[in-house]
Amino acid sequence: MINLLALDFPPIGHLVEWEGLLFKGTAFEVNKVVILMWAGVLIVGGLFWAAGRKAKTGNLVPVGVQHIAESGIEFVRKDIILQTMGKEGLGWAPFLTTMFFFIFVTNLFEVIPGIQFPVNARMALPIFLAVVVWFIYNIVGIKHQGVGGYLKSVVMPPGVPKGILPLVALIEFISTFVVRPFSLAVRLFANMLAGHLLLVTFAVLSAALFTKTLLAVILPLPFIMLILLTGFEILVAGLQAFIFTILTAVYIGGAMHPEH
Amino acid sequence: MLDILAQTAPDEMLKGLSAIGAGIGYGAAAIGPGIGIGIVVGNAITAMARQPEAAGMVRTTMFLGIAFTEALALIGFVVFILLKFA
Repeated sequence: MINLLALDFPPIGHLVEWEGLLFKGTAFEVNKVVILMWAGVLIVGGLFWAAGRKAKTGNLVPVGVQHIAESGIEFVRKDIILQTMGKEGLGWAPFLTTMFFFIFVTNLFEVIPGIQFPVNARMALPIFLAVVVWFIYNIVGIKHQGVGGYLKSVVMPPGVPKGILPLVALIEFISTFVVRPFSLAVRLFANMLAGHLLLVTFAVLSAALFTKTLLAVILPLPFIMLILLTGFEILVAGLQAFIFTILTAVYIGGAMHPEH
Repeated sequence: MLDILAQTAPDEMLKGLSAIGAGIGYGAAAIGPGIGIGIVVGNAITAMARQPEAAGMVRTTMFLGIAFTEALALIGFVVFILLKFA
């Protein structure tokens, strides 16, 4: 047991920080995370390019990549846009589909052997996506309702008694313009970081128990946990991509139609 | 007790205290969202059992509710990481 307690868990810096590979020391340093992000862009772009080329040649029955792309688009249209924005939101389908697939693929790197690092476990990508969403829903709100109308619909929810209106207005203002992008980014980031740490914990434990001593008897326990958690993390990767996309849809839909 | 505390170096003391704070802080931050997610999912199941044809809509709303409730626990987790490692 003493052997177990002396287990040296790597410091967190070693788990999420990677050495620069190109342009070391400059602001444009390229490390594993950046390369994985580029890989995510290429995979998603390549998938839809290949699917689009197949669809153009007149394949009525979708197979292979075309099937993946078509069911993804169908899912985003039916389960995300129609549920939250209604029919008028269908114009946002390309943006939301791209976002869903990009987040899903970059999350999925967490469980792919040899890569095993979710890009979203670094704050840079989630905060960038959240800022993009922030600009989009504010611009959509201003475009649909005008500056004054949009501000009014944000700070004055209908049906609030006059007495507490100043308080509600302040809370609504802060929650819409400050907390929303922050919580959107932190939700994705913290989920992926927590998942990564969880997998590392059980992997380190399994590696430490892989000895010739008697301790190897309990090796199956952390190892089975590791396998189960890998499955669970695949679920989390999909779920977080879904939640990020659906919240984006809700925010854009809310900016398009104020509550009555 | 105080004698022992006085002997420890201030650095170690700070480290220990921030570790205690991180642990208790995350534990406390997980209580509310845990109860909240339980309520959200429980009511969603009741709704789905009563009206299976509305299951799709209920599921979407349930995930939204979970996402909002869960945010607090995740902020607690981030605070834990910051206190423990930063």
